[in-house]
Amino acid sequence: MMDIQFQSFIPIKKEWDIVAARQQGRDMSKQIGFGSVDQARIATAISELARNIYLYAEQGKICFEILDDMEHKGIKIIAKDDGPGIPDVGKVMEDGYTTSGGLGAGLPGIKRLMDYFDIVSEEGKGTEVTVQKWLR
Amino acid sequence: MDKLLQEIVLDNSDEIIKKWLGEIADEKMNTKSLPVSEELFESTNREFVNAIFSSVEQQGSFDDLHDFSERLINLGWPLSYLTEGMQAFRRVTTNFILEKSENVDTEFFKQVVESVDIWVDPIVNFLVSEYSGSWENTVSLQRMALQELSAPLIPVMEGITVMPLIGTIDTERAKLIMENLLDGVMKHNAEVVLIDITGVPVVDTMVAHHIIQAAEAVRLIGADCILVGIRPEIAQTIVNLGIDLSNFPTKSSLQKGFRSALEITDRKVIDLKKDEKKIEKILDSIDKE
Repeated sequence: MMDIQFQSFIPIKKEWDIVAARQQGRDMSKQIGFGSVDQARIATAISELARNIYLYAEQGKICFEILDDMEHKGIKIIAKDDGPGIPDVGKVMEDGYTTSGGLGAGLPGIKRLMDYFDIVSEEGKGTEVTVQKWLR
Repeated sequence: MDKLLQEIVLDNSDEIIKKWLGEIADEKMNTKSLPVSEELFESTNREFVNAIFSSVEQQGSFDDLHDFSERLINLGWPLSYLTEGMQAFRRVTTNFILEKSENVDTEFFKQVVESVDIWVDPIVNFLVSEYSGSWENTVSLQRMALQELSAPLIPVMEGITVMPLIGTIDTERAKLIMENLLDGVMKHNAEVVLIDITGVPVVDTMVAHHIIQAAEAVRLIGADCILVGIRPEIAQTIVNLGIDLSNFPTKSSLQKGFRSALEITDRKVIDLKKDEKKIEKILDSIDKE
């Protein structure tokens, strides 16, 4: 997996770390200039990503990066863990599929909340989810 | 040997204190982190060093240190002030003893360092445990305070209760919400419960899941549940996430939710002034005739 220097990251170990990650994401998106609706979208997506780490992998981290390519700005968030991995990535992207008794809207929901979504998972090695949101 | 070194230190306490105060003053120059007056800083230093010496003299008695550290904790002095002070004490004392002694060999040096460690380390451990004890105490008190404001259920009218939720909902709180909700509905004999999420910063699938479950449980015991206080940005994220809330009624504000709660319980709000005006009008028209 690519090794990029991130501007900041929040380790996820306890349930309250989810709040810390969310707050960091909210602060950064505010700084980039996102409106309140997009801020809520980004914070919710981070909340889902961090909760997945907490629930399934027990620990991992959420990395943040500000994107700036002359034409437009955005935020990139990467959720990384060394957990059990996902055996069937296609299945978890289906609406309503759940292993925890939840709503099963997590990963497909994140995809709808953000502009770019990518998931790489290897069984027994871990999962890495990358999402991006562009400022319009 | 230890006794001998102790004597050297105690006999020359004035000189050591002087050196120690000098070091501490230098360190303060470097950090400048303490927002206290010069006099207070000096008097605290004196008290600190006296407490250290009384501990060294009485071989591990922490009575003076206990009072001293308790006062510093209450005043909010940082722990680093104390640990830096102890480090300075270790430095100054070791140097002083070595300077005073003739023919210093490795064996002697080892003994000096060991003795000073025996004086200093218990004091550092004691101070750190005093401080962390007070932090743990604060954290547990705050946790309790947080739990108290976790999920209140307010009966506003016969048959109507409101549960305002403020702040992040974690698993523990979600459990409390469910329990309080069901207990409260039974206790107040409520027909309608309004769950107000105006103060919940983020509604993700877990929060939604817990709210849906709570509402479902309320329905099972025979009451209606209305979700109110859904801000526009929250509404959009809920739609994006694909959360299905069509099974139970939602309203944008507590006010609107309360109105529909009244409708459900066959009541409505009547404007008394309006009626008065009507009567006045009728009276006016009678007068004209």
